[in-house]
Amino acid sequence: MAFRTIRTQKLKSFFSLIGVLIGVTFLIAVVSIVQGMNRYMVDRFANALIGANTFELRQRPSIMTGEVSDSVWLAWRRRPRISYADADYVRSRIATPATFAKFCEDRVSVHYEGKVAKDIDLVGTEANYFGIRNYEITAGRAFTAQEVQTAQPVLVVGWELAEKLLPNIDAVGKTVQIGGLPYRIIGVVAKQGTLFGLSMDKFAVMPFSAPGRRLICPINILDALIVRTADPTDMERAMGEAEAIMRSRRELKPWQENNFAFQTAEGALGTWEKISRILFLALPGLVAISLVVGGIVIMNIMLMAVSERTHEIGIRKALGARRQDILAQFVVESATLSGAGALLGIGFGLALAFVVKALTPLPAAVAPWSVVVGMVLGIGVGVAAGVYPASRASRLDPIVALRAE
Amino acid sequence: MTDMIRIHDLTREYQMGEERILALQGVTLDIRRNEYVAIMGPSGSGKSTMMNLLGCLDTPTSGEYWLNGQEVSRLSDDELARVRNQEIGFVFQTFNLLPRATALHNVELPLVYAGLRARERRDRAAQALARVGLEHRMDHRPNELSGGQRQRVAIARALVNDPSILLADEPTGNLDSVTSEEIMRVFADLHAAGQTVIMVTHESDIAAQAERVVVLRDGRVESDRLTRGAAA
Repeated sequence: MAFRTIRTQKLKSFFSLIGVLIGVTFLIAVVSIVQGMNRYMVDRFANALIGANTFELRQRPSIMTGEVSDSVWLAWRRRPRISYADADYVRSRIATPATFAKFCEDRVSVHYEGKVAKDIDLVGTEANYFGIRNYEITAGRAFTAQEVQTAQPVLVVGWELAEKLLPNIDAVGKTVQIGGLPYRIIGVVAKQGTLFGLSMDKFAVMPFSAPGRRLICPINILDALIVRTADPTDMERAMGEAEAIMRSRRELKPWQENNFAFQTAEGALGTWEKISRILFLALPGLVAISLVVGGIVIMNIMLMAVSERTHEIGIRKALGARRQDILAQFVVESATLSGAGALLGIGFGLALAFVVKALTPLPAAVAPWSVVVGMVLGIGVGVAAGVYPASRASRLDPIVALRAE
Repeated sequence: MTDMIRIHDLTREYQMGEERILALQGVTLDIRRNEYVAIMGPSGSGKSTMMNLLGCLDTPTSGEYWLNGQEVSRLSDDELARVRNQEIGFVFQTFNLLPRATALHNVELPLVYAGLRARERRDRAAQALARVGLEHRMDHRPNELSGGQRQRVAIARALVNDPSILLADEPTGNLDSVTSEEIMRVFADLHAAGQTVIMVTHESDIAAQAERVVVLRDGRVESDRLTRGAAA
């Protein structure tokens, strides 16, 4: 019965749905997009830049979250840097099982037969690095611990560097020049894709000991010691150990702050988490406003419906409808109306999320709970908005109602 | 024969602003099972008030109304709704069908409020429509039916719950004379089949087809007599 009434008054019904529709659309779209962002940030950003269960021991944080004041920045820069000796000291003392890699990087140009690839991220590291980064070698091989020990001038290159500098030829075995020194390419890493539109494949990895290491780090100095553990618990434990070891090595007093920093994937997400928390805090307010407006619209539509259908109510009462029958009829009608609005809103919200997915690199992660919440809220608004008009209808005097036209 | 309706000293007052209107001023009336009674009277005689009270749409200011062994004059709204549903079948001058519903659905309506299952509702509504000769018009909406057919749908709806009394309020008021006769025949047939019929009308030739005519004037019973048809 409720559907029939709605069908016969399509346009009016549609307008009365708009409030609920917008509210639910908003809910679904924002939740989907924020969750998509979240997944993107965790999967691609944090894990691509740092990696799961991995932390870096550094002089200062490498990924800035939020604003850093000049004085803090200066203090960070005055800290002692991480030396080879620091790295070896920590590595030899951490009891938690972990994989370690010394790490240095900078931007360089790579030359091959008169061609130049600029802005290549040259990483100096150890053989473990490939495992830590989950790099898959598609051609050739990674370098070995022996090659690191003997400081071989070998390179494992990113997919894009190989494509751009050595198109249509097998990069493995070719010799390229970096800073005037020759390096032999021994492997190519599988395509990593992009992050915020930036290529993750424009890099080259060499042993940290290789000739030309001064290009990226001063001798005996590292950007970071990378530590990868088996799981998050181990990571916490290893980080605690590393902190204690570094503090004792640098003879810090209990009241002194650390003069080194740990960078983790979670840490890199700090700013993003703040943003998404604000969005999730603001969301209920925005949704509530549209739902309240939607509810008021529906209540008015239902009041109109009751006065337009007074005669029908009179007939129904004459035929034996009790108050609760009339009440139920109009509440169900109202709930159906706004439930339909919620359904449309879910559709629009999903569509919006997928449009965002199609037009941006952000994935759309539809949260099933948001669909459920949307539907429940929609129907709930309908019931709440329907109760007053319905109770007015149910209290009509049948004689008066029958006389109405 | 048992009394279907016992009314004793029934009064109904209305408050119209400052003024008190005495619509019924002590009506006493018994109606037996399977009687065919016409209630007549000029406008303002209390006819409509009588009809509303008989139909349990309203409650009296004082007096007693026993319907089928139950005192209905002091019932609550919901109890009255149940009595209307189970005991009374209304037929109105303006048919009062739901315009957007089919004939079948209109006839089903009292059964909806009686709490019957959809399957049984359908069957009984179809039977009731067959009883008034409209089995081929079940899926038509009121605006696709003639006036006489609409009134038959209304009669089918009134009969579907097997009520104690069929209460008709000017049932031929909106019909031409040929159709009126046709509808009056339906009432006569129902009466012949054992149905108690009470008809409110101001047309004496319509009233003459009942077996008993009660005339109201100024809220009192002016006359109560058997017609010639009943005597014969």
